[in-house]
Amino acid sequence: MTNTAPEISKESAKPAADGRRHQTYLLNMGPAHPAMHGIIRLVLEIEGEKIVNTETEIGYLHRAFEKHAEVEPWNNVVPWTDRLNYVSPLINNVGYAMAVEKLCGIEVPERGQYIRVIASEISRITDHLTCVGASAMELGAFTVFLYLIKSREYLYQLIDQLTGARITTAYTRVGGVKGDLPPDFKDKCLAVFKKIREDIRDSDRLLTKNRIFVDRMEGTGIISKEDALAYSITGPFLRSTGVPYDVRKAHPYLIYDRLNFEVPVGTTGDNFDRYLVRLAEIEQSMRIIEQCFEQIPEGKHSLEPSEMENAFEFQDQGKHGDTALLYKYRAKVDQTLEGMGRSSDGTARAHDRGHVMPPKEETYGNIEGLMDHFQMVMWSWGVKVPAGEGYFAVEGGNGELGFHIVSSGDCKAYRVRCRPPCLYIMAALPKLLNGGWVADIIPTFGSVNMIGGELDR
Amino acid sequence: MIAPEKRRVEPKKAFEALKALKDEGYNVLVDMTAVDYSAWPEAGSADPYDKTYRMTGETKELRAPRPIPAEARFDVVYQVMKIDLQTGEDKGRVELHAAVGEEPVLRSAMSLWPIADWLEREVWDMFGVKFTDRPDIKRLLLYEEFQGHPLRKDYPINKRQPLIGPASGEPAGNPSFNHSEPTVKYD
Repeated sequence: MTNTAPEISKESAKPAADGRRHQTYLLNMGPAHPAMHGIIRLVLEIEGEKIVNTETEIGYLHRAFEKHAEVEPWNNVVPWTDRLNYVSPLINNVGYAMAVEKLCGIEVPERGQYIRVIASEISRITDHLTCVGASAMELGAFTVFLYLIKSREYLYQLIDQLTGARITTAYTRVGGVKGDLPPDFKDKCLAVFKKIREDIRDSDRLLTKNRIFVDRMEGTGIISKEDALAYSITGPFLRSTGVPYDVRKAHPYLIYDRLNFEVPVGTTGDNFDRYLVRLAEIEQSMRIIEQCFEQIPEGKHSLEPSEMENAFEFQDQGKHGDTALLYKYRAKVDQTLEGMGRSSDGTARAHDRGHVMPPKEETYGNIEGLMDHFQMVMWSWGVKVPAGEGYFAVEGGNGELGFHIVSSGDCKAYRVRCRPPCLYIMAALPKLLNGGWVADIIPTFGSVNMIGGELDR
Repeated sequence: MIAPEKRRVEPKKAFEALKALKDEGYNVLVDMTAVDYSAWPEAGSADPYDKTYRMTGETKELRAPRPIPAEARFDVVYQVMKIDLQTGEDKGRVELHAAVGEEPVLRSAMSLWPIADWLEREVWDMFGVKFTDRPDIKRLLLYEEFQGHPLRKDYPINKRQPLIGPASGEPAGNPSFNHSEPTVKYD
């Protein structure tokens, strides 16, 4: 972006101890570099193969998320949160919706909270699988990449069944989630976990004691506890240095306090520790989801065909005033609206006329439901959030994902600030790279898990 | 649930307050951001979006007062946290608010936390709030030729920039399909 090169640092321009004057060069890495996970530019000052100084330039994927969030109704911002961390979109959905609910003072029903935890943890696994797989591939372990991306694909298919999309999920709403879990979701999930555990075990055998991999990961990209905290780094990156800070433990939101899971920590804070921490967290996330399936309160998510009627029949009967029999049936709706019926009202979504869409049976079957529906979707009517200011954070794939929201009492936000966890790690990048070798950039940058959408917003 | 303790300080004393917090053991600058209050609705006025107001012309809900003094435009928000290095517990958070105008009065917190460098650059980039005691400030997310500060309330969302879009600078088509005004008006 800027055309001016950074100044050559004064120390390197001085003659070295042996009297020889060491020449440094500027090397431009990026914005589009095959080993970079997104579009980012590094300007490196190198002396031979050694990095003397680094400058990071970000912003190539800036899409004005925060500005757009100020002109749209509250619920319409949810699809944009998918595009923040696009490797774990469900966590962003949950984080944003919970920040708005905090201002509204809404509590999501228990079943909805469990569904949100299940969705977040599936996303966390996909995030870690991508990070570990991609960094392994860049170090030459292409087999591992294929194993892990195959596992991620199983999870994406689960997410597809849950939300209707693989990546652009937009699953949460203010007051709950879009729809209930699809039928047999538990069995499908557990079957997938079996495959993932096999793949993780295979990858672990291929990598953890692999000489080539360990040589490049161990002892590179080291950061100390104090430095990590000075740069406000959170998440697996901070935990690899030995500080067991996890938002799920420090500030248990949803129902995380009822679940039994561990926070894996590293000791040295190098790339190898970060790899181990992420691998261990995948297992913990699977444990969390298994416990959720045991604890989740029952909800009716699959109906017999004899209980269903087409939505247009609801409308016709409602128009004729034959409403008495409507309560016997459930509306059969379009696939994108599946799970939004009466069965999930009050279980997966809060029963709150002012903030939450009415069930489809009400919308199609009676005039009050229809009015509630239109008051939610019409321009400038929608959800209204009381005036106030609040901060809410969830544990994202890369660390503390916070939303600082200011409302002036309108149907849209006055200000939405997203605290992107990987921005803080990127700011510390010179600290990680300076003094190392050019070849160390690849494993270090891989373990940072930079996600352009989240970094640049 | 995270509930930072809110404090408001004079902008000139913000640095001292941050330093005192750091000495007290708040070791992490969690976040730093700003809010532009120039478009805040007038206190006590009727809410034009209020459903009752639209239907009947009467309103029960009045607008909340402006959270910062009238002469200040921006509210810069620092959030600090106290992490226990051994147990990883969060021992408390403080949100420090400083209401400022456009002139640089806030002292840079770079000497306390190095991360403040990038966060201040972002606040400058998006809001045009300047900081003193730092050598230079460069945009973080946008490019050098960018004109204006996009998160200010008077920056139109469909504005074009010289390097992007036609040279005439005519505004872009409506970027947001939900932003169109309704054809039926209640007045």
